[in-house]
Amino acid sequence: MKLLKTLAAASLALLAVPAFAAEGQRDAKDISYSFEGPFGHFDKGQLQRGYKVYKEVCSACHSMHLVSFRNLADHGGPGFTEEQVKALAATFTVQDGPGEDGQMFDRPGLPSDRFPSPFPNEQAAKNANGGALPPDLSLITKSRAGWYGTFNQLINGIGGPEYVYSVLTGFEEPPAEIAKDAPEGKHYNPYFANGHWITMAPPLTDGQVTFDDGAPDKVDDMARDVSAFLAWTAEPKMEERKSMGFATVIYLAILAVLLYFVKQRIWAKVEH
Amino acid sequence: MGGHSNYQPKSAAEKWLHERLPIVEFVKSSALDFPTPKNLNYWWTFGGILALMLVVQIVTGIVLVMHYTPQADLAFNSVEHIMRDVNYGWLLRYMHANGASMFFIAVYIHIFRGMYFGSYKAPREVLWIIGVLIYLVMMATAFMGYVLPWGQMSFWGAKVITNLFSAIPFVGESITTWLWGGYAVDNPTLNRFFSLHYLLPFVLAGLVFLHIWALHVPGNNNPTGVSVKSGQDTVPFHPYYTMKDTFAIVVFLIFFALFLFFAPNYLGHAINYQPANPLVTPSHIVPEWYYLPFYAILRAIPSKLGGVVAMFGSIAILFVLPWLDTSKVRSGNYRPLFKVFFWIFVLVCIGLGYLGSKPPEGLYVTFSRLLTFYYFLHFLVILPLLGLLETPKPLPSSISDDVLARKKPAVPQGQAQPAE
Repeated sequence: MKLLKTLAAASLALLAVPAFAAEGQRDAKDISYSFEGPFGHFDKGQLQRGYKVYKEVCSACHSMHLVSFRNLADHGGPGFTEEQVKALAATFTVQDGPGEDGQMFDRPGLPSDRFPSPFPNEQAAKNANGGALPPDLSLITKSRAGWYGTFNQLINGIGGPEYVYSVLTGFEEPPAEIAKDAPEGKHYNPYFANGHWITMAPPLTDGQVTFDDGAPDKVDDMARDVSAFLAWTAEPKMEERKSMGFATVIYLAILAVLLYFVKQRIWAKVEH
Repeated sequence: MGGHSNYQPKSAAEKWLHERLPIVEFVKSSALDFPTPKNLNYWWTFGGILALMLVVQIVTGIVLVMHYTPQADLAFNSVEHIMRDVNYGWLLRYMHANGASMFFIAVYIHIFRGMYFGSYKAPREVLWIIGVLIYLVMMATAFMGYVLPWGQMSFWGAKVITNLFSAIPFVGESITTWLWGGYAVDNPTLNRFFSLHYLLPFVLAGLVFLHIWALHVPGNNNPTGVSVKSGQDTVPFHPYYTMKDTFAIVVFLIFFALFLFFAPNYLGHAINYQPANPLVTPSHIVPEWYYLPFYAILRAIPSKLGGVVAMFGSIAILFVLPWLDTSKVRSGNYRPLFKVFFWIFVLVCIGLGYLGSKPPEGLYVTFSRLLTFYYFLHFLVILPLLGLLETPKPLPSSISDDVLARKKPAVPQGQAQPAE
């Protein structure tokens, strides 16, 4: 038993070492969203506002090439009507072709189109952004973790939307000891996953986007809305998944109880 | 597998078939009438759960292949196409990805159950060895499957694991190039992994058939470890164990569903939702959770070749486990010392898994080395010695006796009950 105690003490000593996170990354701010938890739903108004933030701010540099305009009218999404989607797709210019003359041509977007990318290729995107590639935003909230730790992630989720929110609202003055080493054209953001220095300048300012529903338009509000919208772009079937999950678990639980009684009855006559 | 049924074809059609292919008798004797010890506990239900998981993986996998494109430039987006545009594609993919983890959870429980109850001992050595082979093929299949979405962890995981073979003296580099189909992990690597990922599950199915065949020759072990003595000790597989297994399977499916529907990405890595990029190395390359103990062993040894040998050795040693354990008593229930060391071994494996998820630095390396040493010590020293030094508890004379003794604990055999 002494060996057991030693092992237990050893494992405690290991757990006391802070869990690994990307170099110096600060844990994301754990704000709450309407879509958290087993019964969470997206807030349609919030997704529509978030879409507007993406369109008016993010889309200048960030592509979202896995999402089609038609998805904006899908069940479990921002809840735009098909008419609205047609109108809003038409505000984008999409390259099509080649036409009969063999040339590519521009036309207004259709609901079946994917969101067009702001740059023709990666190199152009890097060139226009100080050598850093603005990541595609389709999956950003699933491809980034807001915090680490086996149990932390099991209880609080992976924290992708929170990560996006925290980066958007997390620009700070760098601490004095590292301020002198500030790389040129970079901004200090302790939430950024890839070191403290991010090429993106603070993208949001208070009142930058005007919401049709008169919702507040402070940086904090816009960051919440756009991170919720990006949670939907990354996981567009989340509502369907959770409701199917609920029905499945209830069904299996009832089935399990019935099976248990059948099994008990079959085994009742056998000593085992 | 036959010989346990008194099947008599009734109708003319049945008789006609029976004379040409006695398949009905075969199924009846091996799946319905098969005599099974009556005292199996719920740890024994994981065999059935595993068979179901293999079927789930094959069925979801075949449908996923209908929509997936195994080409380096298209693979990542084709997976997202499945998630977004294919009807219930998200369900299929999450089922397949989480199904792999559930498969491993079940197989680890199944393996540890075999270890605790001595199911590898005579006459079940071949059954055990086929089981270890199944486990090896499962690991290869899962590894190649994880590469297919062609995300960052897919790519860099493939690179790290295939690079292990370069540690082999003289021919290592050539073997790695041969595995890659070129000088880097690229489209040819993805294509061959896809091909093999489709092939290996059917190899698994074949091995599972052999595993069940090898099970049906000596019959099931049981919690007492005492062999079946008479018909009193057994019940027919159907309906007793078909019902018990079905109940256990449904409970396991609830556990599966909780991950599948409510935390479908918890067991994966966020970074694998970034497309593979050979120019950007992730800061922390970690394999899937089910490889972590072996990853810890790999990194515990300071030399690359040594690490690779230790890692493969840690699995290879399972093949000879039936001969390393010198005790004639099968069940850990009757081995007071073994029981303690068994649980220490389980904790060591979990500890290695934890260490495998941590960066190889400082205390983590020290503990990885300690636990790796203990892992081999358990097989090479503790198990052989225990069998010689330990005094096992008296075994019940038969399964039925044990059942009766447990049902009437008030009057221990041969002892008078003190007056109250």
